Amino acid sequence: MLSLIELISEGQRVQQHRPWPRAVVDTAAWIFAVSELARGRWSLLGLWGEAAIVHMAILDESAAGVAVISLECPDGIHPSVGAHHPPAIRLERATADLFGLSAKGAPDNRPWLDHDRWGVCFPLAGRIDVPEEASPYPFLAAIGDGVHQIAVGPVHAGIIEPGHFRFSASGETVVRLEQRLGYTHKGIEGLMRNADLMRAVELAGRVSGDSTVAYAYAFSRAAEAALELAVPARAVWLRALLAELERLANHLGDVGAICNDASFALIHAHCSVLRENVLRAADTAFGHRLMRDLIVPGGVSRDLGREGREAIRTMQNNIRRRFPALVELYDNTASLQDRTVDTGVLTKALAGQYAAGGYIGRASGRSFDARRTLVYPPYDSLRFEVPVLNDGDVNARVWIRVREVEQSLSLIDQILDRLPEGPVRTEPPSRVEAREGMAIVEGFRGDILVWLRLREGRVDRCHLRDPSWFQWPLLEAAIEGNIVADFPLCNKSFNCSYSGHDL
Amino acid sequence: MRKLLFQSLLQSPLTEPAPSPDQAAIRELATAVGSAARQRLGKSLSIREVDAGSCNGCELEIHALNNAYYDVERFGIRFVASPRHADVLMVTGPVTKNMREALERTYHATPGPKWVIAVGDCARDGGCFAGSYAVAGGVAQIIPVDLHIPGCPPPPLAMLRGLLALLDAAAEGAGSA
Repeated sequence: MLSLIELISEGQRVQQHRPWPRAVVDTAAWIFAVSELARGRWSLLGLWGEAAIVHMAILDESAAGVAVISLECPDGIHPSVGAHHPPAIRLERATADLFGLSAKGAPDNRPWLDHDRWGVCFPLAGRIDVPEEASPYPFLAAIGDGVHQIAVGPVHAGIIEPGHFRFSASGETVVRLEQRLGYTHKGIEGLMRNADLMRAVELAGRVSGDSTVAYAYAFSRAAEAALELAVPARAVWLRALLAELERLANHLGDVGAICNDASFALIHAHCSVLRENVLRAADTAFGHRLMRDLIVPGGVSRDLGREGREAIRTMQNNIRRRFPALVELYDNTASLQDRTVDTGVLTKALAGQYAAGGYIGRASGRSFDARRTLVYPPYDSLRFEVPVLNDGDVNARVWIRVREVEQSLSLIDQILDRLPEGPVRTEPPSRVEAREGMAIVEGFRGDILVWLRLREGRVDRCHLRDPSWFQWPLLEAAIEGNIVADFPLCNKSFNCSYSGHDL
Repeated sequence: MRKLLFQSLLQSPLTEPAPSPDQAAIRELATAVGSAARQRLGKSLSIREVDAGSCNGCELEIHALNNAYYDVERFGIRFVASPRHADVLMVTGPVTKNMREALERTYHATPGPKWVIAVGDCARDGGCFAGSYAVAGGVAQIIPVDLHIPGCPPPPLAMLRGLLALLDAAAEGAGSA
C-alpha cells in the first residue's frame, strides 16, 4: 500500500514548497489518491484551483503527514474527487465557478459561489464578461405526502450573516435541509493577487471577523514557511496568546448563544459579560477588541506591556470565578438539557469522512486538533488537553467548548508565565524567485488552511480554506429528522462561518 | 439557578467591578439616544441589522450592544427580526453583488420614515474589498445612507455615538420618507 510520501515521490516534486511536500502527479496517481480518500485512509484538507491546474491537500492522520498533489489539466478538465469523496463536491463547484475547471463525473454541476451577479465568468482565470442575469437555482427535491418547503434567507431574523436555507418538512420534522451559500463572496482570492505582504495579511484578517487572529496567524505562518523566515521567540508566544484569547472570547459567546437559542437567556446574559471582559482585556493589552492586524509576517505588530498583562490576569481571575457556576447551571437545568441532549446528532462516521475540525469533529469522536496533531510552536512546549466526546449532539458541542474554555485559560496562564523577552518582529526578506508555503492553524472553529505562492515580495496566488467548508454539509445531515424549531439551536451549536466559506 | 439569581439580586451589578470612565459616557450617551428617539418617533427605536457581505466583525460588535455593559434595550433601543418593524437599518459590509438585491428588497420592505446607518469601513466605500469583481461598493451606492459609523469594526460605544448623531440629524428634518 502506497504511503502519502511514496505517492509524492512518484510525482514531480516542487522544490520550493514548505513545510510539507507538493508534487505534480499524473492522472493515475490522482485517481489513486481519490480512492484512498474514499476508503477513509486519508482525509481531504482542501481542494483549490489555478489556471489549468488543480491542487488537493491530503492528511494522513495516522502518520500526521500532509501533502499537496497537483494535477495539470490544460483542457480544464480533471477527474472528479467529489464523485467518490463527497466532501470535495462544494470545493469542486467553487473551483469551477472561479477558474472554469470542470470536474469530470461530478455528481453536482450547479454553480456554488457564482450567483450570475458578477458580470463575469471564471473571474480568476480567463475571465469572460457576461450579463448580470440571475437564473433560478434548482434546489434538490423532497417528494412525499404533505412535504412542504420553508425558504429562509439570505437575510435572516437575527444579527447574523446571510445565507439561504431551504427546508423540506413533513409537519414539524425536517426531511431535508439544503443550504445555498456564496452571498458574502467578496472575491478575496482575486484581491490577494499581486498584493504585497502587508495588504495580503490585512485581507486574510478580514476573511472571517470572528477568526481574524487565526487567519492572520495562518497567513503569516504560510508566508514565513515560503520565505524560510524565523520569527522572534517572543512573537511566537504572543501569537499563541492572541489565538487563545480569541478562542476564549468566541467559546464564551457561543456557549451563551446556544443556551439563548434554547430560550435560556440567563446563561447568555452572563456569558456575554464574560466575553466582553475578554474583549476589553484584549483592547487594553493590544489596542483592539478583536485583536485585528496584530499578527503580521515576521512577528507581531505590537508588544504586550505591563498594563496589558495585568488586564489579562484580572480577566482570567474573573472568568475562573464566574464560569463554573454557569457550567453547573447548564448541567443541572433539566429543561435546557431536554433541548440539547440528543438534538442534532452528527455521527462519528460522517465527522471522520468530512474530516470535520474544531468542536464539531471533537464532539463526534474525531480527536484532530492542529495544535496537537500538526503541532507548531509554542504549542510543542505547552501543556493542554484536547477534549473529545462521542455523543455528537448539541450537548456534546457545548461541553467541548466548556472544556476548551478551561484549556485556553490554562494556556494563557502558561504563556504569561513563560513569555520570553526580546524583539517581536523581523522584516520579511524579498525573494525574487517563486516560493510556496502552507500553514494549518487551529482557529476556534477548527483548522484553517492557507496555501500561497510568493514572487518578488508579492502574492502570486493565495488560497484560504475555512473549516466551515467541511462543517456546513454536516449540518444538513445533523438536522435531518429534527424539528424545524430546533434548527437555530443546531445551527448555533455548529456556528459555521458564512464569510469564511464564501471568501 | 436560584442561587445564581439571588446572588445577582444581592450583589452589586456585574457592570460595577470595572468602573472605567467609559461607563459614565456609555450611560449618558445611551440615555441621550433614547430620549432623542422618543422625541422624534414618540416611541422606542427599532433597528434591523442587515449584513450585506461583511466579514462578521461588525456583527460581533453590534451583538455586544446587547450585553450587560451597554444594554441598549434599557433605553428602548432594540433589534427587531423584520424590516417591517424597523425604523433604522444598520447595514454592514461592502455590498457584495450577490447580496445587492437582498439589500434593496430589505430597504423597500422597511416602512417610512426610515433611516439607514452604514456601519464599518467597508460599508463606506467597500473598504479593503473595493475594486473586486464581486463587490458592488459601499452601502450608499445601493440605497440612500443617512449616517456612516467608521471603524473596523466600530466598537459598541462608537455605534451608540452614531445613533445619537443620526437622531440629531433626524430632529432637524433630514429623515427620508
